[in-house]
Amino acid sequence: MKYILTLVCLVISATTQAQETVEMADKLRAEGKIYVIVGIILIVLAGMLTYLFTLDKKITKLEKERGGRTS
Amino acid sequence: MKVTVAVLLVYVHTAGLLFDVPRLNILNETIRALYFHVPMWFGMFFLYSLSIYYAIRYLLNPLEEYDIRSVEFAHVGTAFGILGLLTGMLWARYTWGAFWHGDPKQTNSAITLLIYLAYFVLRASLENQEQRARLSAVYNVFAFAAMIPLIFIIPRLQSSMHPGSGGNPGFNIYDTDSSMLIVFYPAVIGWFLTGYWIANLRIRVRKLRLIDIAS
Repeated sequence: MKYILTLVCLVISATTQAQETVEMADKLRAEGKIYVIVGIILIVLAGMLTYLFTLDKKITKLEKERGGRTS
Repeated sequence: MKVTVAVLLVYVHTAGLLFDVPRLNILNETIRALYFHVPMWFGMFFLYSLSIYYAIRYLLNPLEEYDIRSVEFAHVGTAFGILGLLTGMLWARYTWGAFWHGDPKQTNSAITLLIYLAYFVLRASLENQEQRARLSAVYNVFAFAAMIPLIFIIPRLQSSMHPGSGGNPGFNIYDTDSSMLIVFYPAVIGWFLTGYWIANLRIRVRKLRLIDIAS
């Protein structure tokens, strides 16, 4: 019983330690600069989506001009 | 559908960077590539599936509409595949050490893209519309049939370093960590719909041009 308990404790401590030593971008997150990156990506994404929406509208307009029964 | 695309992609690009991910050696933060790189390949497969679907429908009933749909889904699918390959190469540079590593998964996905590029070469080389539509529909079935073993079977038979192959971290780890799935699934659906939307815009333009030629 004691052996099993020690083994379980060892495994738990080993896994938690391994998780702590894996290097991640923790500093970037702590500084809050990650939000700058998220902002930049969202601006680009918004631009791309706006482009698609306007393109969709333009094609719909063209379809209506040609009699509307194309799609 | 369009609003769903916007909502899903905004969510994925925010949560994909901010939510917690498992801390794994070697992968480190690049584990987030699951949210951005993998949906490109899933998207490619989805669009190629639609492409072969309309290719078969064309062979059963030769309507030009099916040919147009088939080629445009293949177009957007190829664009997704190229993005998948480029994002994978960038990732490989920092985890495997080189842009091109010659890993089975990498090589075979490049071959798949070449097979689909030949589809466009074939189309461009035929003048007659009916001949082009029929031959390329048959080739489309071949290309799809070649893609399945190339991407899904052969890399699993050889030793691939790609996450998800063999003992490498991949889905086997995410299975126990559902925290990644709540971003991954919306990413896949979001990009499926985006690809479908873009392909549809192209199909509608092609149809408008058909009317132009007819009138």
